[in-house]
Amino acid sequence: MARIIVVTSGKGGVGKTTSSAAIGTGLAQRGHSTVIIDFDVGLRNLDLIMGCERRVVYDFVNVINGEATLNQALIKDKRTEGLYILPASQTRDKDALTEEGVAKVLAELKQRFDYIVCDSPAGIEKGAQMALYFADEAIVVTNPEVSSVRDSDRILGILQSKSLRAREGQDAVKEHLLLTRYNPARVSAGEMLSVADVEDILAIPLLGVIPESQDVLKASNQGEPVILNSEALAGQAYSDAVDRLLGEDRAHRFLDEEKQGFFKRLLGGRG
Amino acid sequence: MSFLDYFRSKRPASSAATAKERLQVIVAHERGQRNQPDYLPAMQQEILEVIRKYVPVEQDDVQVQLDENGNCSVLELNVTLPG
Ligand SMILES: Nc1ncnc2c1ncn2[C@@H]1O[C@H](COP(=O)(O)OP(=O)(O)OP(=O)(O)O)[C@@H](O)[C@H]1O
Ligand SMILES: [Mg+2]
Repeated sequence: MARIIVVTSGKGGVGKTTSSAAIGTGLAQRGHSTVIIDFDVGLRNLDLIMGCERRVVYDFVNVINGEATLNQALIKDKRTEGLYILPASQTRDKDALTEEGVAKVLAELKQRFDYIVCDSPAGIEKGAQMALYFADEAIVVTNPEVSSVRDSDRILGILQSKSLRAREGQDAVKEHLLLTRYNPARVSAGEMLSVADVEDILAIPLLGVIPESQDVLKASNQGEPVILNSEALAGQAYSDAVDRLLGEDRAHRFLDEEKQGFFKRLLGGRG
Repeated sequence: MSFLDYFRSKRPASSAATAKERLQVIVAHERGQRNQPDYLPAMQQEILEVIRKYVPVEQDDVQVQLDENGNCSVLELNVTLPG
């Protein structure tokens, strides 16, 4: 049975698209056929992060409106076997995604894929609600910072009251916390909320902690999901998170400051 | 007070600790409001206006809360009157 996983956050710019690309790729790498859907209508970006921006012909809204078939709109990833991308429309607005339309497309995707990863737009309005409505699981992407944590809690409230599972009184959407842009040095300096702080406040199971890393920007410059870079700490952290998502036990890494040389520390070097 | 305590007590709370405290308060407050019916804020406003006809009170002197107890709900109204 296909699983629908929404990657959501409330607050913008916290790393939803980066995480959707990494996690979708990781699932496919492990042999699960996966499609990543860009729900950010009007602000398409998943195509850039996945490096397939020049191959977009049709989009999600075209499929909903019957202007293209799913096969015409799906883009096959060139690097990872079993991975597809369904791009968002760049020219329509959020109202183009209707509940019936999205339901119809998801039903068709469920026949073909093991995992459907939904990259949510920011906010708590209609676009974000549509992305999470049909979800079986939710990855709540949070930065260790006050407004991001508060917005994550609000999106949890919406998952618990406005998702299809909540509406129909089924088992609740399975929630996962993904803490990104984590900077252990700043945490030990008392300048940044710690993993434990955020877990205390949000009280949902921790899927992973992704360190703040230059490699993420490099990966997006190149249009390659960072999980493909096994040298990068952020890539390794995403790999662990995917394993945990699939039910494996992985100890959390990269929570502590990297040992730095005395001189580097003197010069104020930070990971 | 020992020598070490002197330094400890001078040290201000870290900004992360302040952030956590503030978040705990606001998140608890917002969770409390989450399950309340949509009419509650408007009702609270009207109750406030009625009270103001008789006593000068501020916005946050009137607290309205709805608690569910199984099959009945209790509307709790707390008004702080000026002394
Ligand atoms: N672990 C990280 N380390 C460093 N930079 C990161 C990390 N994760 C994300 N970023 C950067 O943060 C920015 C926002 O990331 P991203 O686009 O994934 O966020 P988003 O939540 O999808 O944003 P939006 O709400 O606009 O859709 C990007 O510039 C990205 O490179
Ligand atoms: Mg995004």
